[in-house]
Amino acid sequence: MDSMGSRNDSAGADDGAGRPGNGRGAAPGEPPDPAGGTGPAGRSAARHGTSRPPGRHHSEVTLRVNGTPRTLTVDHRSVLLDVLRERLDLVGAKKGCDHGQCGSCTVLVDGRRVNSCLLPAVALDGCDITTVEGLADGGAPHPLQQAFLDRDAFQCGYCTPGQLCSAVGAVAEAEAGHPSLVTDPGAPSGRPVPLGPDEIRERLSGNLCRCGAYPNIVRAVEDVIR
Amino acid sequence: MADTGTALGAPAERREGRDKVTGSARYAAEQNIPGRVHAWPVAAGITRGTIRAIDTGTALALPGVLAVLTHDDAPRLAPADDPTLAVLQDRRVPHHGWFVALVVAETLEEARAGAAAVRVEYDVEEHDVTLTEDHPGAYTPEQANGGNPAHREQGHPEEAFATADVRVDARYRIPPLHNHPMEPHAATAHRSGGRLLVHDSSQGATTVRATLASLFRLPEDDITVVSEHVGGGFGSKGTPRPHVVLAVMAALRTGRPVTVALPRRLLPDAVGHRAPTLHRFRLGAAADGTLVSSLHEVTTHTSRIKEFVEQAAVPSRIMYAAPHRLTTHRVVPLDVPSPSWMRAPGEAPGMYALESAMDELAVATGLDPVELRIVNEPDTDPDSGKPFSSRHLIECLREGARRFGWAQRDPRPRSRTEGPLLVGTGVASATYPVMVSPARASAHALPDGRFAVRINATDIGTGARTVLAQIAADALGVPLDRVRAEVGSSDLPPAPLAGGSSGTASWGWAVHEACTRLAALLAAHTGPLPDGGLRAHADTAGSADAGSDWARHAFGAHFAEVTVDTVSGEVRVRRLLGVYAAGRILNARTARSQFIGAMTMGLGMALTEGSTMDAASGDFVESDLASYHVPVHADVPDIEAHWIDEDDPHLNPMGSKGIGEIGIVGTAAAIGNAVHHAAGVRYRELPLTPDRVLEGLAGPL
Repeated sequence: MDSMGSRNDSAGADDGAGRPGNGRGAAPGEPPDPAGGTGPAGRSAARHGTSRPPGRHHSEVTLRVNGTPRTLTVDHRSVLLDVLRERLDLVGAKKGCDHGQCGSCTVLVDGRRVNSCLLPAVALDGCDITTVEGLADGGAPHPLQQAFLDRDAFQCGYCTPGQLCSAVGAVAEAEAGHPSLVTDPGAPSGRPVPLGPDEIRERLSGNLCRCGAYPNIVRAVEDVIR
Repeated sequence: MADTGTALGAPAERREGRDKVTGSARYAAEQNIPGRVHAWPVAAGITRGTIRAIDTGTALALPGVLAVLTHDDAPRLAPADDPTLAVLQDRRVPHHGWFVALVVAETLEEARAGAAAVRVEYDVEEHDVTLTEDHPGAYTPEQANGGNPAHREQGHPEEAFATADVRVDARYRIPPLHNHPMEPHAATAHRSGGRLLVHDSSQGATTVRATLASLFRLPEDDITVVSEHVGGGFGSKGTPRPHVVLAVMAALRTGRPVTVALPRRLLPDAVGHRAPTLHRFRLGAAADGTLVSSLHEVTTHTSRIKEFVEQAAVPSRIMYAAPHRLTTHRVVPLDVPSPSWMRAPGEAPGMYALESAMDELAVATGLDPVELRIVNEPDTDPDSGKPFSSRHLIECLREGARRFGWAQRDPRPRSRTEGPLLVGTGVASATYPVMVSPARASAHALPDGRFAVRINATDIGTGARTVLAQIAADALGVPLDRVRAEVGSSDLPPAPLAGGSSGTASWGWAVHEACTRLAALLAAHTGPLPDGGLRAHADTAGSADAGSDWARHAFGAHFAEVTVDTVSGEVRVRRLLGVYAAGRILNARTARSQFIGAMTMGLGMALTEGSTMDAASGDFVESDLASYHVPVHADVPDIEAHWIDEDDPHLNPMGSKGIGEIGIVGTAAAIGNAVHHAAGVRYRELPLTPDRVLEGLAGPL
């Protein structure tokens, strides 16, 4: 075996990010957080509680999640997705890629659909967050949730919360007159866009489904907008 | 169907559906056990060499970091049957992305920062990751995947080919492909009170438990592995993968519950891939299309640590009658990550080659592609000589042609245009073997009139709970809503994995047998049931794995209509239709979803999915979902899946064949053949991306 020499490598942990604006705020070599408390008590508070004081690397934010105000001290590196899943135990929003490539983490922020893996939570103070857990009205499922059941619009279920939130957002966008790539350029501006199958497919194309439930998802959305 | 309306075959709704649409279904990384911490792996950034030193000091000084495991101090494992699981055991780096350290921290952010701060020094060696047909390292293995002999030869295929009236001699290339289930591989491990509890994203928790027991030298009885909800696998979770070993190591080291969720970018190197296959296909036929010789030669790669040979020539053994036949595999060990199962290993790439070659033969002989296949229908399995237990390929082709409107097709290539679009249609056959393994199950009649069946089946999205409840209700002769199916834990009676399109047959057989016994107990019982109810057990060892005198395979036919844009080079699928003969369909709703889902993956294989092993870096270039293009909504038309009622008494008590994989098998060839019909150009390398299409349109290939 020929040795070609040696090389240092710290890229092993790189999960392929390397692009700007992807929500990763990890700073290798970041010094210990003086305000955060590195002892067991501090750690525990950072993880589970809201009592940890804000500091250089943590801030207090209030998110209105599914109608309930939640005030927490968040690590500045934390994205909304991880705050929902790890801090609030709302695991409906899924982590499929952590890079805004798959849509599994889609939730609604102030009514607009977003990839929650790309949004630093610290920037969302005061925002209204709706997750899949908040779609249902009391005990009754949201009509789209029922349509997904009726149409067998999922298999493994992992992309499903994102598909649902994305579809809710897409229907609202079309209602508000937002055009898509396949909208007739001659259509009147600002008027609701009718959602046929091609419009639905185009508008949901940010939500990947590896099980291949796409045709059933499109039918489910059609059921609801009819 | 039983007169109680228990509805085996009916489109029963998924039992876990409500949990999945409301977000309450929890997957392996979502087990928020008190005190749970996170671990983040460090993957090698070199392709071949050894670790000289690892500096963990910076990482350990970061807030929240609890431990950094390396080969120096990670728990010692017992020798692993699967070398890909021997992580953090020595200095060797056999391929890019091999795990060299694991950082455990209180939070995800802290674990990720810790992993980024680990410094690794390597002694780097030259690597070779490039597969070629004439690679000097190529050899013919004894077996290909699935225990299939690597080489089969009957008659005098070379001589018969040389003297055939019509000859096709073509080479096809399929790149590495990645499974990419939507849920990345994840495990949560917890050591408590002498027991080890592991939530693993796996296609089979029974094997995970056995493997962990062996590696960590623990009694199986002290381990529980739960795979309650699994976000897809497509083969990549078929056996334990390194993440679960890392999670257990971290839990043992720290005494805390630990979750390891692999970052998407690390999956291609760590969890297996479909190996690239280079095919040479030669078909010799008489002028009337009757095959006289068929030669399918496959070259593929494997890693240096594990021999995995994609059995791509195997489907050519059973598809068509030809007196002279050769099927052979050669494999080249390279410094690449270990390949493994991806949906229909063998059949998916192999049938792309065979069915493309058949289309070329149809053109060469002037026969209709459907008729050419019918002309070459064998009476018995051409390889083994056994009779088929059932084979309705011709019916699938004819039914598909009728539904698709095939009779209206103008066979001339490039005969249909719409402005800048070329329009074409194509057909391909599909097949997948019937596999089944022994399982155990229990059935329990409760005093309140309800029933419970228990078996460690796994629902990876197929609807296993639902179909097993249907099988049980049918065998018991009771309404479906009175039966509960418990699956997804190694504490249940052991059962094989959800894979090889064998899950439902294997589990269902045991459930059926347990329920049949329970029904007999109930029939003999008088008066109210005792407080504990009545129980029956089944173990299908000896029956499910008994050999068969029949060749048992599912068959299908795929039809596609595509447009080829002469300006952009984009191929779009307008229509995709499959007709299957797969025994008795046990749940019309979930079966249809599996068929169209697999056809969607086949569409990706044809048009968008492809990975490149970069010669310089030794890594896959397309290793995330931004660069590896799985089909999206806009790529997928309204897909049709149909089936033919097949009554086959030689399978299992339900009369079912597997349905999870056959949908992908012929799809890529049907689309490729449609592109040829549209454009008049024969493309022989997948995927059919716009650059390749434009290049082909610009000149003869």
